[in-house]
Amino acid sequence: MILIVVEHANGKVSKSTWEMVTVARELAQQQGSDTPVAALVLGSNVAAIATEVARAADQVLVADLPALAQYDPELWSAAVAQIAREGEASVILIGGSRSGREYSPRVAIKLDAPLLEDVISLKAIGGAITAQRYTFLARVTETIEATGPVAVVTIKPGIFNPATPRTESAEQFDVDLDLPASRLNITGKTAERNSRVSLTEADIVVSGGRGVGSAEGFTQYVEALADQLGAAVGATRAIVDAGWRAYSEQVGQTGKTVQPKLYIAVGISGAVQHLSGMNKSKTIVAINRDAEAPIFKISDYGIVGDVPQLLPAILAELKK
Amino acid sequence: MRILTYIRQVLDAEESVRVANNTVALESSKLVMDTMDEYGVEEALRLRESGVEAEIIAIAVGPARMQEALRTALAMGADRAIHVETDTRLDAIALSKILAEIAQKEEATLIFSGGQQADWDSHALGAATAERLNWPQATWTSALELKGTTLTGKHDVDEGSETFTVELPAVITTQQGLNEPRYPTLPNIMKSKKKELRKESLDQFNITPKIKFAGAEIQVKARLNKILNGKDALAAAAELVALLRDEAKVIA
Repeated sequence: MILIVVEHANGKVSKSTWEMVTVARELAQQQGSDTPVAALVLGSNVAAIATEVARAADQVLVADLPALAQYDPELWSAAVAQIAREGEASVILIGGSRSGREYSPRVAIKLDAPLLEDVISLKAIGGAITAQRYTFLARVTETIEATGPVAVVTIKPGIFNPATPRTESAEQFDVDLDLPASRLNITGKTAERNSRVSLTEADIVVSGGRGVGSAEGFTQYVEALADQLGAAVGATRAIVDAGWRAYSEQVGQTGKTVQPKLYIAVGISGAVQHLSGMNKSKTIVAINRDAEAPIFKISDYGIVGDVPQLLPAILAELKK
Repeated sequence: MRILTYIRQVLDAEESVRVANNTVALESSKLVMDTMDEYGVEEALRLRESGVEAEIIAIAVGPARMQEALRTALAMGADRAIHVETDTRLDAIALSKILAEIAQKEEATLIFSGGQQADWDSHALGAATAERLNWPQATWTSALELKGTTLTGKHDVDEGSETFTVELPAVITTQQGLNEPRYPTLPNIMKSKKKELRKESLDQFNITPKIKFAGAEIQVKARLNKILNGKDALAAAAELVALLRDEAKVIA
């Protein structure tokens, strides 16, 4: 069995889940067509999620429990390890989100299995798994191998094409879980503002750095361009630290990793830490005053010039 | 109490990466303590300076050169250091066994580790160590305060951030924003040379890595590098938009 742990947020199945379905279907083919793909739904009031993913997998395992209303690394890892054991899963696919990367190591240790993190390609033939992943701040592509009956794998978001839902729905089964008590007590939450398309799922991302001049400049240039293009907005660490933008918009090593079809960097010089979060974008456009800025080296298109002159001109051109 | 801070020595972010013989070549490159790990050393020092009685032990696993990073931690103010020397590259799951065993031997109740390692690009070490010790964890923390044995803090999650409390013992992973790591002063660098740096052999930990490193390459996506002069803003804007529409076909 190939087990997918379904990622969902705000009552919807996340795009990352459909990307994992693509990986699972490829693996099932490599391992023999009778290898079933099971989707595990963890949460509270997740009936709609289970119905949606029934069109993705051969069977859906549902743990709809009040105790799972809130993500917790110890609860999630216990649940996934238990289901993987009972179903004799050979590969466990977990999303490479912040939470997935947090509880997957616990699952690997519970199952005494290797952990293949943030993979961008995966092949499983017999008991051997070969994968590729980015290392050294996403500047190197490494190949790793693991052998054994079980492997825990996290899938880097935005790499694989999302699978198409099937027409028929798989059967759903409720599962019983033996859950530990949560030891990390959450006392408050600050949610991301979600007025725009989500940064990690957007086809176009417009990001701003110090070169936009100020928080007002960001709104005037970056947000205006993003709205015109239906894009998500991103920010560098420098302007997040300066308080111009929220952390949730930060792109880079300590923020989010994005691979949109189009990435437009406005007033961003291109520190390695920022580049590691966006250098896999399909087309990169840079607008910066400094012709020597590292961002231009990884750009397909760019303009050397001042943001306050260029951005209004680009906006006007787009509206023509 | 005893605090362990796990540190790695990695390529300086400004250095370029080279691959030779199917692996990343670090010889003759500038290497530094992973900045993500510096926040853990700094936070341990701040806890002690806030009045908590604590011994701070810096730990590194890797080749002999890692001692430079440990000396930096000692110069920042850590009390002693443990170096598990090996030239074998270990993944986070294998490393966590070493860290957990040392934590038990040293009777530590708090472990700091960087949120992500800048060489292996892994987030797994903190959680894996917590699992082996059966401790709770808080990852990607950006604020921490210790009262008695209760740690209060803030950390980043999938869609924003959360405030939390957790009882020690616990594993905490650190990141930018948690604090501003100090630079070692010259007197402290001198003092650190007399501090204990204990070497341990890898053999005693019985590590059998489950991950094999099979190759490394630098895949540079070819970029078009069509960079326009923006002196005439209107003309440059028109040309860029035309390129994006007609050549790249990425906008409507």
